Amino acid sequence: MIRYTLKRFLSLCISLAVASLLIFFVIEIAPGDPASFMLGINAQPDTVAALRAELGLDIPKLERYLAWTQGMLTGDFGMSYTYRTPVSQMVADRLWVSLPLALFALALSTLIALPAGIYAAARRGQTGDVAVMSATQLGVAIPNFWFAMMLVLIFAIKLRWFAGGGFAGWDKGLGAVMWSLTLPAISLALPQAAILARVMRSALLDVMNEDFMRTARAKGLTTTQTLWKHGLRNALIPVLTIIGLQFSFLLAGGIIIEQVFYLPGLGRLVFQAISARDLIVVESVVMLLVFAVIVVNFAVDLAYAAVDPRLRART
Amino acid sequence: MKHFVSRLALASALSVAGFAAHAANTDITVAMQLEPPHLDPTSAAAGAIDSVLYSNVFEGLTRFMGDGSVVAGLAKSWDISDDGLVYTFILHDNVLFHDGSTMDAEDVQFSLNRARADDSTNAQKALFAGITDVSALDAATVVVTLDAPNGNFLFNLAWGDAIIVAPESIDGIKQAPIGTGAFKFANWVQGDKIELTRNDAYWGTPAVLENVTFKFISDPTAAFASVMAEDVDAFVGFPAPENLPQFEADPRFQVLVGSTEGETILSTNNKMPPFDNVKVREALAHAIDRQAIVDGAMFGYGTPIGTHFAPHNPAYVDLTGSSAYDPELAKKLLAEAGFADGFETTLHLPPPSYARRGGEIIAAQLAQVGIKVQITNVEWAQWLETVFRGKDFGLTIVSHTEPMDIGIYANPEYYFQYDNPAFQELMTNLNATTDPEARTALMGDAQRMISSDFVNGYLFQLAQLSVAKAGVQGLWTNAPTQATDLTAVSWAD
Amino acid sequence: MNRNLIIGLILSAIAILAALMSFIWTPFDHVAMNIPAKLQTPNLTHWFGTDHFGRDIFSMIMVGARTSIAVAFVAVGIGMGLGIPLGLWAAARKGSYIDELIMRANDLIFAFPSLVIAILITAIFGAGAVNAIIAIGIFNIPVFARVVRGAAMPIWEREFILAARVAGKNAARISVEHILPNVLNLLIVQATIQFSLGILAEAALSYVGLGAQPPTPSWGRMLADAQTLVSIAPHLALIPGFAIIITVMGLNLMGDGLRDYLNPRTRVART
Repeated sequence: MIRYTLKRFLSLCISLAVASLLIFFVIEIAPGDPASFMLGINAQPDTVAALRAELGLDIPKLERYLAWTQGMLTGDFGMSYTYRTPVSQMVADRLWVSLPLALFALALSTLIALPAGIYAAARRGQTGDVAVMSATQLGVAIPNFWFAMMLVLIFAIKLRWFAGGGFAGWDKGLGAVMWSLTLPAISLALPQAAILARVMRSALLDVMNEDFMRTARAKGLTTTQTLWKHGLRNALIPVLTIIGLQFSFLLAGGIIIEQVFYLPGLGRLVFQAISARDLIVVESVVMLLVFAVIVVNFAVDLAYAAVDPRLRART
Repeated sequence: MKHFVSRLALASALSVAGFAAHAANTDITVAMQLEPPHLDPTSAAAGAIDSVLYSNVFEGLTRFMGDGSVVAGLAKSWDISDDGLVYTFILHDNVLFHDGSTMDAEDVQFSLNRARADDSTNAQKALFAGITDVSALDAATVVVTLDAPNGNFLFNLAWGDAIIVAPESIDGIKQAPIGTGAFKFANWVQGDKIELTRNDAYWGTPAVLENVTFKFISDPTAAFASVMAEDVDAFVGFPAPENLPQFEADPRFQVLVGSTEGETILSTNNKMPPFDNVKVREALAHAIDRQAIVDGAMFGYGTPIGTHFAPHNPAYVDLTGSSAYDPELAKKLLAEAGFADGFETTLHLPPPSYARRGGEIIAAQLAQVGIKVQITNVEWAQWLETVFRGKDFGLTIVSHTEPMDIGIYANPEYYFQYDNPAFQELMTNLNATTDPEARTALMGDAQRMISSDFVNGYLFQLAQLSVAKAGVQGLWTNAPTQATDLTAVSWAD
Repeated sequence: MNRNLIIGLILSAIAILAALMSFIWTPFDHVAMNIPAKLQTPNLTHWFGTDHFGRDIFSMIMVGARTSIAVAFVAVGIGMGLGIPLGLWAAARKGSYIDELIMRANDLIFAFPSLVIAILITAIFGAGAVNAIIAIGIFNIPVFARVVRGAAMPIWEREFILAARVAGKNAARISVEHILPNVLNLLIVQATIQFSLGILAEAALSYVGLGAQPPTPSWGRMLADAQTLVSIAPHLALIPGFAIIITVMGLNLMGDGLRDYLNPRTRVART
């Protein structure tokens, strides 16, 4: 197990190093210069040069790459070119919006999807199953930004139950925050819920074919009872894996939704930073997201390996 | 400091809640599309910085009024020497910065010298190019010496890039600006809002409003929803003209339609064949139906222009007739220029909807006379690099929002690359002329010259569109500069 | 044939026929503007109404189908073209450093937030259909590589592969002649799903202005154009939205149906 862990850890480090290289150099070739962008069309060349020097953009790329990666190891992500505040602080601020939004969406999707999936599995082939499955087909097919537009049109503009967007701010209390995140969370949750319900259903159906389920049924339990007593626990592993994956997707995947609802989250930060060519912000945020996924994968692999020794031999 | 800021935020939050109960309102939430990248008007071109801070937090020696006139600001009065080279400014007394320090001649000297220094990062450094010396005679007197007479100097000093800052607070200006204005900076939630509070120690007429929140809503749908749902009290520079009739029909709102300084033009690369041929540019001008563009892209808001000059300026000459819509004439001109079968070119469109929508319409109109246009949507950063600096474009649409900027046509290196010595001489004369009547005549000549050379396709003057709740009064209708001056704004009872 | 497959085929056929039909006939010229006739609701002349430039929405939807399908199709092609060989290679050299390298590279691409990267790519290399295809295509590569590798590995253990080896065939030839045909069913199903995801991704990119450039109609850009008009003319947003939903749903149903149809085990289980 130690050998396996070390090996996976080494590969994690290599992955991170390769990712940082890729991110930095692909983003750095982007046409457009942050200093020129800041100073606009009347700027004189010497002014642009002065600003470039002030921002440290005149330092060779390789040196900047090394400084960036070294800084990240100590939690220092550098200074934003446009905002001139530490990137780490900006990211932390934005996480206070994106994290609750992702969690809210995840909670919603889980609350809808798991019962729906269980219900469909229990009624396999019957009308209820067909209805749930058709609903999930619709759910995965609806673009979330279109759904968001419709929610705003109906619930904010016509009915005026919710604000058309914006973040209430934590100083207004949890209730206000949740209220302001409700429509965005619903838009994000819909396709996720549809996927999750399908995974839940098929995981349960797989489990139901296992021997111990047949035994349970043979002992006289009804399908629903067996499902609750034995099936659910065993079906949770694939479901939890999907939930884990969805979470990291939700954190960054809100990029368009945050735009529609003008939420000051991580996605909107990246979007703004891309158009302002605030490259260091883009690089750092993308690196962080990649880091999160790679580490989660690493943890999942280790967990699986701990449970199932065969996996260790495989890789 | 952080602790202090958060307590302030909390205090303002409480007061918002408090005022919701009463109806007497001294708070306002104003939305705009773009968020400032930082809060230093003297080191970025971003109009959003001025939109929040100009006049509200920062002031200069002179200032723009809502009607575009330039009046005294921190300078109480001034005296210009007979040769037009020496300006002596007398400053107001008792002007305090928000940190309690006094604003005096040394701050003015510091601000102007900082803007024109070698390592200056002022986006409009050219405004200060003629200054040879700034000296403080005493605490309330500043003498500025120029190398040549400049008829625009007082106008230049009114720009947001020329506001007065203090050396003591300059290091923190990007995050916590310290100015002399009627409002103090209170709090900034990046990506979301900026809050200002009233400066009770203001030297001039104090503001009526106590708390001001600027919200940043870039998405046009969200902008519409925010106003409709009354999440904001006003939206300055509303991005979707198509929604204005709905606000006009709704008694809860008022719509303000004014003008900006933005001449929206179909910029043409004068050095790139076939646009180096004046006949082709003339054909282009006649192939464009301005009214259809104003109707289609701006839903009727905007004044057609025939030259690079703001129609509300007294010196404006209406030249739209010399490039009237006439596709047959355009085809004939193209044939004369040797392009009877038309040609292909590119059209780069930056993000604003006037460009994106106007571009689609222009492409369709040019197709009618045989010019095939390939549209490329670009972001500003890309536009600056490829179009503006790289000059790698055929056509582009952009609104030149700087006030009184016809002088850009005197620079042959400017991205549309108009190189006419006669025009350059005209501009040199204009800059050296201070007599108002002579200036008007020269400006008329300049407008006619670029119009008859068909340098660019002149489309329309960009309208300034704002929506506010019916009770809001005192907002600027026009946008003589990028500003949201709230110092005179109040709620009707 | 099962129900999913039939419904899926019908729905996808609508989109594909609309796209093909648009090459020969549309009710109006999809780029022709008529600004005085803007924002009409659906009527007998303009079946789906007109947009803010007075263009015929029905014609734009037809040509938009072409854009969506073309982008998604080529993106899936890129994913298959690169992903399948990589997956076959990795399976053939199971456990070797090549396998490890390919799979780690796969994990790495998966770790990137796809929509953010797609926006980044189009922002860097310019907005347009070609870059949108590349941006979407890149994320299809690891999907196919992983599916092929996973399906190919157990086949390598089978006896007929051993026989082929004894006959002197090398790994590449075995992969093409014996492995590929056996994973084909799985690939068709996966391709259908990626195709529908591609259509959604194209819509999202176009929605933020980074997909196909005007005047080429695209469903996503029609939605973006409709954004501010949705409260005056809801049909501008509803019609392209339904077009996307119908197409994506059709492809997904077709994928599900195909999986059941091609997989004998579930086919038996179903009936």
